[in-house]
Amino acid sequence: MYRYSEFDRAFLAERNAQFRAQVERRIDGFLTEEEFKPLRLMNGLYLQLHAYMLRVAIPYGTLNSAQMRQLALLADTWDKGYGHFTTRQNIQYNWPKLKDIPDMLDALAKVGLHAIQTSGNTIRNVTADHFAGAAADEIADPRPVAELIRQWSTDHPEFQFLPRKFKIAITGSQHDRAVTRAHDIGLRMVQQDGAAGFEVIVGGGLGRTPMIGNVIKDFLPKADLLPYLEAIVAVYNTLGRRDNKYKARIKITVHEHGIENIQRLVEAKYALIRPQFTGIDQQMLAAIKAQLALPDLSANDTQAYDLKYKTDPVFRSWADTNLTAHKRDDHAIVTVSLKAHGATPGDATADQMRLLADLAAQYGHDELRISHEQNVILPHVARADLPALHAALQGAGLATANVGLISDIIACPGMDYCALATARSIPIAQAIANRFNDLKLEHDVGPLKLKISGCINACGHHHVGHIGILGLDRGGVETYQITLGGDGTEAATLGERTGPGFSCEEITPAIERIVQAYLDLRQSRDETFLQAYRRVGLSPFKAALYPEASEKNAA
Amino acid sequence: MPRPFTPKVITANALLEGDVIWFTADDGWTRNMNSAEVLTDEAHATLRLLDAELQQDQVVGAYLADVSMEGGAPAPTHFREEFRLCGPSNYPGHGRAGQEA
Repeated sequence: MYRYSEFDRAFLAERNAQFRAQVERRIDGFLTEEEFKPLRLMNGLYLQLHAYMLRVAIPYGTLNSAQMRQLALLADTWDKGYGHFTTRQNIQYNWPKLKDIPDMLDALAKVGLHAIQTSGNTIRNVTADHFAGAAADEIADPRPVAELIRQWSTDHPEFQFLPRKFKIAITGSQHDRAVTRAHDIGLRMVQQDGAAGFEVIVGGGLGRTPMIGNVIKDFLPKADLLPYLEAIVAVYNTLGRRDNKYKARIKITVHEHGIENIQRLVEAKYALIRPQFTGIDQQMLAAIKAQLALPDLSANDTQAYDLKYKTDPVFRSWADTNLTAHKRDDHAIVTVSLKAHGATPGDATADQMRLLADLAAQYGHDELRISHEQNVILPHVARADLPALHAALQGAGLATANVGLISDIIACPGMDYCALATARSIPIAQAIANRFNDLKLEHDVGPLKLKISGCINACGHHHVGHIGILGLDRGGVETYQITLGGDGTEAATLGERTGPGFSCEEITPAIERIVQAYLDLRQSRDETFLQAYRRVGLSPFKAALYPEASEKNAA
Repeated sequence: MPRPFTPKVITANALLEGDVIWFTADDGWTRNMNSAEVLTDEAHATLRLLDAELQQDQVVGAYLADVSMEGGAPAPTHFREEFRLCGPSNYPGHGRAGQEA
């Protein structure tokens, strides 16, 4: 874990004291809402439909058990006993009162957490592969670099008033689990002549104008990363449109100016500022790296695991879906599903958070990760401990064996909470998960990523869902559009719209028809939904979705 | 031809609590939608919104929301206002539905 330095602690204390004074001035009437709003947004405080919402950053998705316990304390003390993990590795509290926010921020500071730059037109919380530091397929742990970026971007004086928000994601693996191609900047670690560096992708993003990012640099040596990032953001800060909010993201800047032009400008800027980086950043990186090193994993006999796997079908089912290969064969990466059928995707109660903290301390070298898929990960668990871990999770409603399956749904908060939403997401996710649980079909269906957004801002990443659902307001009625074939990995693809939308009542049966069509046409159990879609295209699914239209065409 | 003016209420979020409130005829705020002032005249509604917006020290984001008057009491016509009235659908006890007015 990265440990805050004296500088970090002093900075955060001062920042929290400033915000405490700003909140007091707002309450006492010395600040208008117009004056206060940018200040509260810089500190992660929104006003939603029913209440304020505090968005707390979980930098690169990494927590230790003390931090997780503190998140539980906040939920119990100042909220309604739960928190909501988001698609950007943040946690949101949905019910705080304005006067309590400064106390919440002070409580977070005690464990090295904050809400700075979780909103506003700044560089937001840097997200990373949730299996970082543990995955078998990793070149190197991307989190030290993510921490360096966090420190560089936090309160960076040049980048506090960008044209629009700016999101960076990073992965250290060939297989992209961090959706790097749908970020303002995506960083993929790659190797060239034995040296690790980055493929730098720019101008990706979902939202109202979804775009897959362009590669601006095939191979950037590691040591050049910060000046190169600074050059990109500086060019964007100058060129990005401030006249139109909907054209202000860097994806539009890249689209309007062309990637070659942007590349040329970035290189020119880079040449100018590179000499200012004299190596101190690399010294800091080395220190961070030591703090985020792989824990000392002792060799473990896997016999107890093997026996349990053979004899207990419930455990086997969970192990098959929720475990991922670790760097070491005698360990596993455990994904704890926050998607119990019928529950709100990404919500965890304070009790569940405390249990996860305890389990991380007992079995997981004190480490936890939060994924953009709204689950919790214990990255380093000895296989011998998995039976005991599974039993403990079962007791808390946390042993759902559905990771990567259709009920492991990403859903934004939608109109149940969000002031920007145009329709609800959560009840749709609940209904679909419940339906497929009733059908007992999801293990047979296999890997299928379903993602739901409650408006075109696409916090639920629907464009890159194998099945995507977008909730809209059509003439005062909640309407749900479907996209198919999206993919958020290294082969990133935007989904294709199927046609007219469906009502709240129609959407679950519509999804069922799509899945049934897939089961009917797949060549074998090994052909996943996405592979089948890529083979056959949209039309068989369209026919299943709109039977009346296809009958009409046939007539 | 301009569309006829439909009945409206003024709604906002409370500054301190952040919860949903409605403007009353005596320039106060209520957590019970039935006690909200129903505005049926466009010019009057515009003036009342200005009155509501003056109370910067108590509320955030005041605006006019459509209501229907079936049964004599104001009821939301759009689902967004319905959700603001009832609270989130995933936790029926939270938000408005969980509070005694």
